[in-house]
Parts: sequence; structure tokens; C-alpha cells
Amino acid sequence: MLAALVSRLGQMVLVMFGISVVAFLIFFATPGADPSARIAGRNASQETLAQVRHDFGLDRPLPVQYALMMERLFISRDLTSFVNRGQKVVPTVLEAIPVTLSLVLGAAVLWVLGGLTVGVVAGATRGTWLDRTLMILSLIGVSIPVFWLGEVANLVTQSRWHDTWLFSWVPPLGYIAFTEDPWGWFKALIIPWFTLATLYIGLYGRVLRASMIETMQEDFIRTARAKGIGERRVLLSHGLRTSLVAFVTMFGLDFGALVGGGALLTEVVFGLQGVGKLTYGALQTLDLPMILATVIYASFFVVMANFIVDVAFVFIDPRVRDAH
Amino acid sequence: MPTDAPLLVVENLCVSFRTEGGVVPAVSGVSFSIERREIVGVVGESGSGKSQTLLAILGLISSPNAVVTGSVRFLGQELLGLKRRALDAIRGRQIAMIFQDPMTALTPVHTIGDQIVEQIRAHESVSRSAARKRSVELLDAVGLPSPESAVDRYPHQLSGGMRQRAVIAMALSCNPALLIADEPTTALDVTVQAQILELIGRLRDTFGSAVILVTHDLGVVAEVADRVLVMYAGRVVEEGGKGQLFREPLHPYAWGLFGSIPPMHGPRPARLTAIPGSPPKLSQMPQGCAFGPRCTFRHEACAAQPSLGGAGGHRSACFLPRDSRQDLRRTLTGRIPA
Repeated sequence: MLAALVSRLGQMVLVMFGISVVAFLIFFATPGADPSARIAGRNASQETLAQVRHDFGLDRPLPVQYALMMERLFISRDLTSFVNRGQKVVPTVLEAIPVTLSLVLGAAVLWVLGGLTVGVVAGATRGTWLDRTLMILSLIGVSIPVFWLGEVANLVTQSRWHDTWLFSWVPPLGYIAFTEDPWGWFKALIIPWFTLATLYIGLYGRVLRASMIETMQEDFIRTARAKGIGERRVLLSHGLRTSLVAFVTMFGLDFGALVGGGALLTEVVFGLQGVGKLTYGALQTLDLPMILATVIYASFFVVMANFIVDVAFVFIDPRVRDAH
Repeated sequence: MPTDAPLLVVENLCVSFRTEGGVVPAVSGVSFSIERREIVGVVGESGSGKSQTLLAILGLISSPNAVVTGSVRFLGQELLGLKRRALDAIRGRQIAMIFQDPMTALTPVHTIGDQIVEQIRAHESVSRSAARKRSVELLDAVGLPSPESAVDRYPHQLSGGMRQRAVIAMALSCNPALLIADEPTTALDVTVQAQILELIGRLRDTFGSAVILVTHDLGVVAEVADRVLVMYAGRVVEEGGKGQLFREPLHPYAWGLFGSIPPMHGPRPARLTAIPGSPPKLSQMPQGCAFGPRCTFRHEACAAQPSLGGAGGHRSACFLPRDSRQDLRRTLTGRIPA
């Protein structure tokens, strides 16, 4: 078990190394993406370009450039932005992490609870009006673009009905640190949470329903019913418990991607300075050090989430436990 | 045999399924009864309605398109149409079921111990540890090696035979008065089959349970059953004691069934008797006797539906005159009945 864990961690490091190399090559060694031209500014003379190249170490061999970049990113942590001179990349990313984590964690709680409820209820009442209503609602939830939903939420809570008793508690857009004001943090994030979770509640509800319906046809469900343990237990302890595999796989991937910056649209709409928004800004200005930092950060979370999913499987599915 | 009322009385049980092509009958008017401590074998081909009959007894047909009518009385209580809560008090406690395929009959994510404990605690208020202790005893009783460690194993860690033993242990956990075994040995090796059958045979002695044993294997029936029901196309076509039925089967379908077994003694037949044709499609049931189209002795009377009749507990659903049947059978098999 421990050996499997260590080898898995080793794999993670290798994957992240691969990602960092690919990201580096895409942004630094692609023809036409010459960073020095960008740093030097428009219509810079050849001398300035050469000077910039030399100053930023861009005239050295690629492997050396890569090593230097990694050294400045991970060890000295003094890599600076190409666009906002003097802005250190690593602290900027670190500042953005709590914002994204707060947003995604809260939304994840909502969508796991919502997805489980919708999936189990719809799966158990298959074919009834309740099932149909839930499925139509989830389809709507899946179909609504998150930026539109966010803008509508803002329109209603920040503008149109903000001065009524209903939404007067809603703080202005932006993030409030949990350490500063927990209640303010909650109030600032509750609407973004619901906005982000809507899509996933619908998605997870539908997937879980399909998985439940399939599981409930299995022989062991008939065995469980023949034991006389009551339908609720059959449904939860046997049906749901066995259906969780698809649910957990999806959760790991989605959670990793969102923490890694996938919540960009929500962050932009609600003015949250998270990692997604940071990546977005860096991409717009082709701020290579910032892009590199955020990509590596995102890859870390995706790889980490996959790792956690694999570990979770060991607890969910005993068959996986013995496969190692 | 006890003189009081039978344990289970099934009367005119019908199971049909609504399909796109109309209502398809799977079981049509099946009636039988089971006495206490009796082992009854139900034989028939695949699709003859054996499994559906048994599932209907416990209300386990979950298809929303199934229509179940008739009467199933267990110790005088009507089971059909019973509320789920009342049914759950009987399921697993009074009537337990063993399913055909042990590979898929256990929930893969729980240990077999947990699954047995779950059933015990659903019906009796005992502590978790007491229930667990009893699970170990049960696993031991069904001959699972090293039951103390097996109780914490997951189904996938056990072989097919061991899983079937675990399923049997689970079925026995509340000392049911009736055990329904739906082809319990079909998915198992021959040697394991023999052990499982011996185990089922022993159940009656140790636990005092009656057993309904569904199979398409006549050897299995010969091994353990007291009485045999032969089913064909959703109906019981012959019913009788094992001795009677194996010695003098009355229904031409049963002749074919028994003719298909190589004889142990006497000259070896050049060919085993086969029943020509194949069972009717449930959606295209022939008029009258369902076996008619495949029967060598079909005559005018067979255009009507024969009912189960006969004396001495040996009944059959056939219009042939009873006296001449053994002669007819001989012409079919060319063998003197053993």
C-alpha cells in the first residue's frame, strides 16, 4: 500500500515535470513567440532587443533557460512579470489561491449535496413526474451559461432589487478574506457558489441518476430486496454506494480543473481576483512568467485531484484495493 | 408429514409482461403447495417460467410492466399485494432466497460479513457484534473454510463456490421456514455443485426449512428433492413424488426430459431421445396444450387446454388415457422404464 502510494507520488512529479517542459516550450520556443520583442516594446531597435535578450537570459540555450526559469520559480521565487515590471509572480499566484479555493470549495459542497439529492431522488422515482421535473431542471441548469447566470444574479442582487429587503445584505462585488470577516466572506461568496454549482448539480444529478438506474437492475439489488431490509437501505447502502464510482471520478477531475483556474468566468463576473482571472489577464498580455506559473499551478491541482480520486477509490471500491 | 395447513399455497399464479407486441404471459395459472420440511424440485427448460414463479412469490419482480395475479398464501397470509413493510418482515426472515449466479448476487462494495449482519439486524434486535458472531457461525455451518477471516472478505475475493456458500449462509441467517433456491448450482463446477446440493439437503435436518429448488438439471432433482414439479411454457404439466415421477412420468414432455438422460444401467441406446422443435415463444403461444406442436401423441383433444389431474398425488396435464401412457412412452424411447 505504501509502495503504491510512493510510486504514485513519483508519477505525479514526473507528470508535472512534463507539463512544465511542454508549457515552457510552447511559450518560449514557439516561432513568433519571441518574448524579448514583447518585453522591449514596439519598434525597439535591434540593439535594445539584444540587450533585453541578454538581460533576461533569453540568448542562452533552451535547457539552461528552462532550468533558470524553474530555479527562479521554485527556489529563489523572485521571477518577475514581463508586463508589470517588479511584480513578483509567485506571491501574486499565492495571493490568488485562497480566493479560488474559497469559491470552488463552497461550490463543490453545494454541487455534491445537490447532485446526490437530485440523482438519488430521480433514480428512485424513475418515470414519475418528480423524476421528469428534476431532469428538466437539471437540463436547464446544465444549459445555462455560467457567465449569463452570474450577470443575471448580479443584475438582480446588485442593481434591480438590491435596495429591497431581499438582497440588501449582498455586499459589493469582490472577495472578502475569511480571516478578516468570516460572515462577510460567506455573504460575498454565497451567490458565486450557487452560480458556479448550478451547472454541476445538473450534470452530476443526471450522471448519478443514470448510474443508479443501471445499478438498480443488478442481481445484488434483488438479493438485497430479498433480505427484507427496506427499500431505503437497498437504495442507499447498496444502490448509491455502488454507483458512486462515476460520481467520484467526475468530481475529482472537475474539482481539480476548477481550482486550477477553470472557474475563470465566475471569477470575472463576480470580480474575484482568483487564479482563473490571473491566468486570463496573463494570457491577454502574453505575460510569459505569469502564464508559466499559473499553468504549473493548475497542473499541480489537476494531478493532485487525480491522485486523491485514486486514493478515494481504494475506500469506495474494494476491488480497486486488490488490483495493486 | 405434518397434518396441519401447508406452509405455502400458490393458487392460479399468473405473471405477464406488457410489451410493445402486447401482453406476454410468462406464468399462466400455476398452482402448487409446499409442506413444512419438504424439498420440492421445480424443473423445466429456460423460459418455462420457473424463476418468474419464484420471484413472484416474494414480490421481487421489479419490472413496472409486470402484471402478477392469483394468490400466494404463506402460513395463511396472502403475499401478493402486501405492503412493502409487511413484505419485508417476511422476506429474509420467513422466506429466504438463493439466486442463480453467486458472482453477481452479492453487493461488491460490502464484506460478506456486513451483508449477513445487515440481514440479521433487519429482523432481530441484536447487537452488531452478536450478529457478526452469528455470521461467522453460519459461514462455518455452510462449510466456508476459515470463517473468521472470510467474514471480512469482499465478494470478489472469494471463488464462485465460496460466494454461493456465503449467499446460502445469508439466506439461512434468520432460520427461514422456506428457502427458495433458484438454480443454486448452475454457475458452479460439478464438484462444488455436489457439495452445495448436499448442503441444501442437510438444511432441512439442521434448520428444519422447506426448500423449493429450481433447476433444469434432473440429476440435481434426483439427488435432493422429495417432490417434483415439471414446468413447461409457464404451466405446471406434471407434479408428483420424486419416485413416482422418475419411475413413471406421465406427461410426454417429461418423457422427453427423462429420455434425454443417458441410462446408468442396461444397454446403451444408440441415440438419446430428443424432443423435436423448441419451446414456444411466449408471445406466440399455441392454442390448447402448449406442448402439442412438439408432441408425438397429439390428437384432437389437445386443441383444448389440459388441466392438471390425476390420483395419488401424481398429477399431469395431458389428455392421453392414463392406462396406455407407459406403453406409449416405451414406443417413444424404445426403453423399458427403469
